[in-house]
Amino acid sequence: MPASVPVDGLLSVAWLVIALPLAGAALLLLGGRRTDRWGHLLATGTVVAAFVLAVASTLQLSGRPGHAASIDLFTFIRTGGLDVSAGLLIDPLSAVFMLLITGVGALIHVYSIGYMAHDSGRRRFFAYLNLFVAAMLLLVLGNSYVALYVGWEGVGLASYLLIAFWYTRPAAATAAKKAFLMNRIGDVGLALAIFLMFAQLGTTSYAGVFGEVGLLAGGTVTAIGLLLLLGACGKSGQFPLQAWLPDAMEGPTPVSALIHAATMVTAGVYLIARSAPVYDETPTARTVVLAVGAVTLLIGAIVGCAYDDIKKVLAYSTVSQIGYMFLAVGLGPVGYAAGIAHLLTHGFFKAGLFLGAGSVMHAMDDQVDMRRFGGLAKRLPVTFVTFGLGYLALIGFPFLSGYWTKDAIIEAALDRGGWSGWVLGGVAVLGAGLTAFYMTRLMLMTFFGKARWTPGVHPHESPPSMTAPMVVLAVGSVAAGFLLVQVFPLAEWLEPVFGEPAEAAHVVAPAVVGIVVTAVMTVGVLAAWLFVGRREVPTTAPVRVSPVVTAARRALYADTVNEALVMRPGIWLTRALVWLDNRGVDGVVNGAAAALGGSSSRLGRAQTGFVRSYALGMLGGAVLVAGALVAVTTA
Amino acid sequence: MDGVAAPDLSFAALAPLLFVFGAAAVGVLVEAFAPRAVRHPVQVAIALTGAVGAFVATLLLAGTREVTAGGALAVDGVALFLQGTIAVLGALSVLLFSERALDPARSAFVAVASVPAGSVRDRELSTDERVQTEVYPLASFALGGMMLFTAANDLLVMFVALEVLSLPLYLMSGLARRRRLLSQEAAVKYFLLGAFASAFFLYGLALVYGATGSVRLSAIRDAAVVEGGDTLLVLGLGLLVVGLMFKASVAPFHTWTPDVYQGAPTAVTAFMAAATKVAAFGAVLRLLYVAFGTAEWTWRPLVYALAITSMVVGAVLGLTQTDVKRMLAYSSIAHAGFLLTGVIGLGADGSGPGLAATMFYLLAYGLTTLGAFGLVTLVRSGEGEATHLSQWAGLAQRSPVVAALMGLFLLALAGIPLTSGFTGKFAVFRAAIETGAWPLAVVALVTSAIAAFFYLRVIVLMYFSEPAPEGPTVGVPGLPTTIVVAVTAAATLVLGVLPGSVLDLADSAAVLVG
Repeated sequence: MPASVPVDGLLSVAWLVIALPLAGAALLLLGGRRTDRWGHLLATGTVVAAFVLAVASTLQLSGRPGHAASIDLFTFIRTGGLDVSAGLLIDPLSAVFMLLITGVGALIHVYSIGYMAHDSGRRRFFAYLNLFVAAMLLLVLGNSYVALYVGWEGVGLASYLLIAFWYTRPAAATAAKKAFLMNRIGDVGLALAIFLMFAQLGTTSYAGVFGEVGLLAGGTVTAIGLLLLLGACGKSGQFPLQAWLPDAMEGPTPVSALIHAATMVTAGVYLIARSAPVYDETPTARTVVLAVGAVTLLIGAIVGCAYDDIKKVLAYSTVSQIGYMFLAVGLGPVGYAAGIAHLLTHGFFKAGLFLGAGSVMHAMDDQVDMRRFGGLAKRLPVTFVTFGLGYLALIGFPFLSGYWTKDAIIEAALDRGGWSGWVLGGVAVLGAGLTAFYMTRLMLMTFFGKARWTPGVHPHESPPSMTAPMVVLAVGSVAAGFLLVQVFPLAEWLEPVFGEPAEAAHVVAPAVVGIVVTAVMTVGVLAAWLFVGRREVPTTAPVRVSPVVTAARRALYADTVNEALVMRPGIWLTRALVWLDNRGVDGVVNGAAAALGGSSSRLGRAQTGFVRSYALGMLGGAVLVAGALVAVTTA
Repeated sequence: MDGVAAPDLSFAALAPLLFVFGAAAVGVLVEAFAPRAVRHPVQVAIALTGAVGAFVATLLLAGTREVTAGGALAVDGVALFLQGTIAVLGALSVLLFSERALDPARSAFVAVASVPAGSVRDRELSTDERVQTEVYPLASFALGGMMLFTAANDLLVMFVALEVLSLPLYLMSGLARRRRLLSQEAAVKYFLLGAFASAFFLYGLALVYGATGSVRLSAIRDAAVVEGGDTLLVLGLGLLVVGLMFKASVAPFHTWTPDVYQGAPTAVTAFMAAATKVAAFGAVLRLLYVAFGTAEWTWRPLVYALAITSMVVGAVLGLTQTDVKRMLAYSSIAHAGFLLTGVIGLGADGSGPGLAATMFYLLAYGLTTLGAFGLVTLVRSGEGEATHLSQWAGLAQRSPVVAALMGLFLLALAGIPLTSGFTGKFAVFRAAIETGAWPLAVVALVTSAIAAFFYLRVIVLMYFSEPAPEGPTVGVPGLPTTIVVAVTAAATLVLGVLPGSVLDLADSAAVLVG
């Protein structure tokens, strides 16, 4: 392991990257109202400092052999055979995530200064946001599955707190609960995977697990892989656990941008990419990853076409795009770098799109119904341009970010060869067309056409603290793909982690793929213009629609299925248990209590208060003692 | 024929005893000759000096293992550990006695004990600020008796120590300033039953002497090997155990406990509950392991049965108590049973984890129960302490600190983890299981669960009930009670969270000589 090279310089204080935001969160939460006036600035400062530190340590990292540094901090749990040391692992993969989290995190902190300026809970908001950044950094920087799990639960908590940030709204509270419960299902999977690793290998550190995973029985590795996938599906909103992510848009928009688009929801991709050595051993689990990715990318894209809520469309777009990433990492060594690259570019343009959506909502008195938008291009010029660039990047407009990274995934899928390669590649191309359709629809309904504003709404551009991060992210949306694929190839940077990808024989020439995808995208855009752009958009959604649209509007019945399969049986089970508890357990307990109480008061009558009866009792006891002893010894 | 040979006395080893007995003797002189005005502070200072001095002496003597005073006293690890415990509990009790801020009449003790209760003169005196200070030398004598009790290597010395510790306690029980009839009734009951129990002990002593020809514990052990199951010896053992179990308030010899605990001034109850228990178990350990260690199969079933009876009686009867002091009395009975499970967990030769576990338990229980009674003195209504449970309803709203501390002590008594009670219970139960007495440990766990109910009920009452409209007030304690509560609460926590060093100390002190 390259970890044997001693850690020096800035890398030795890399823990500060996590500690700074954590300290910010602690200070804001414990400091109370005293920090109200300057707390948000402090919180932003800690994340900016963490970003600077992250950049510096990444630069230093690139000078090290193997581009990796393992940093032991302290012993976390030591009991019996379990020895979990808390330590950090900074390698190319975690460095990429560290930059993404601190970079986008810093931008969104700046944006939130403007967005939350008039909210009474501003301090709480920034504290939770800082907590999230710290937990997310721990998730990606930890050097063992246990450290990852701690961060995993930490981001889950921060996400729950932030979705329910406006907890007085029933919808927000319900959405937070839903997110929490569905995440728990995934978390159980992750926890079981960790238990299994410990039981089978006696260690949970990445180095230990990856070193010995090849010695395990095939079934065990597959089980670990599938359980890890379950965890990843929960956190990343993948099929069948995707239903919580759109509801999570009840949280403030910066939260949607940071947590539910750019960073936390990609934790599942990180988990699978990080566990590459495990998946290398188990083609079965890898195939399931592929299937999950393909199914999710279609579900997300189809549902995204039918929603009128701007944030929910973007949320389903996120679900769909993460499906692409799952598809990529499921492909194995050829896909890891492509998946991570798409994750990074997606982090830029999706965060930018969410911030743009937030800016639109800001202008429209917090409305989210696109049927009430329209014609905003002139009123919100900066938002329009930045959002438009993000849109083009997302649909894969040639030579913008999405084009480079999405094409790479589609190519890799086709290169798989055989019928599965064609199916997966076809699904990915179809998804690209659908993406173009629903995003164009969103653009047309929001920025073009006639104004359908609710009377009394006066749209206005957002303050610079909000538009500046949008501009930065728009620049990223335009350039990141080119930079990551052509100028500083991410695949080379990640080589120490994933190994050198074998040069695959191309089934279809890359140029052909590029042309086909661009053509499909154009069809999607044109279709959207035909169905949406040409006509007047009704301010209420039409009721009489085809069954396909109905199904899409109901999110392909995901909630219905969840209710039928989980919620109702859960309610029945709860009722049955409550009945059992009331009648059975309580009956036994109350009966025992009544019996004890009764015998207590009956026995208590012996406590008469008369010395004579006390003395008699003692005499009786003494006679018994003496009699028993004599009887035993003489017998 | 030689003259009477003076026994060889190791004064150094007797230093703890000399301190408290010295303090007691000086206290009597002060009571007789010092002017009334200065008596109280001087008496407190003398009693504290005696107790603290004794404690320091036990620390300095640590490691001493010798038999002295012509073989009558054994100064060994167990004796020193328990003497140190008693000295600490005694010092804290003296602080409780000296509290002057709570009662409007500036003391919890009666002005003139000899005036008939309820007479005109008595009513006049009840609000008089005159204070009776005999309680301090009496406490010092009791303290001396208790410390002598744990070191007695001779049945006669043990008997003398029993009387020296008991007689002052009888008197102190009758010294309450308020509810004087109840207090005097408690004193008389305690005295009559105590005399009855002493008679058992003395008769047992005579029988054992008859069987073995000696009152020296080591001689009894040697004779027991030869005699085997001699009826006289076994009968004597039984009666000795009855006498000691009375002091330790083990059921079925517990009947005095609730009445006396309730009637006695609360500070005295705290002293009795904490220190007497330590002394009595010191004597029980010495009697069973030094004198009858080779005859363990004769007494083991007996202690087994007594432990179960005491745990069950204490836990079950505690359920329906409505008075805090009576509830704590039944708690004390149940705890005596738990302690006996530790006594069971000991090999025939005095080795095994039971001895250290029992000693640790005694220390933990003594400190916790002292703190709990200390808090009982704070909750007051017009006619003195408010001990009825209904008066404690909603206490957390009136005084969060008192309620929180009482909660801590009750959780410790219930044996909830992170309190000293859990550590102690864990230690004695483990000792019992390791020596094969797991059925006893099962009974102990079940009764612990039952007993937890009445402790938690008080917590629920304090935190989740509406305060009674004319509820009690929570007095602001003076420095002495504050010190006691703070020290005992800190000890309860520390012995629960970081018990290691004290457990090690008890382990290294778990040596009986003789």
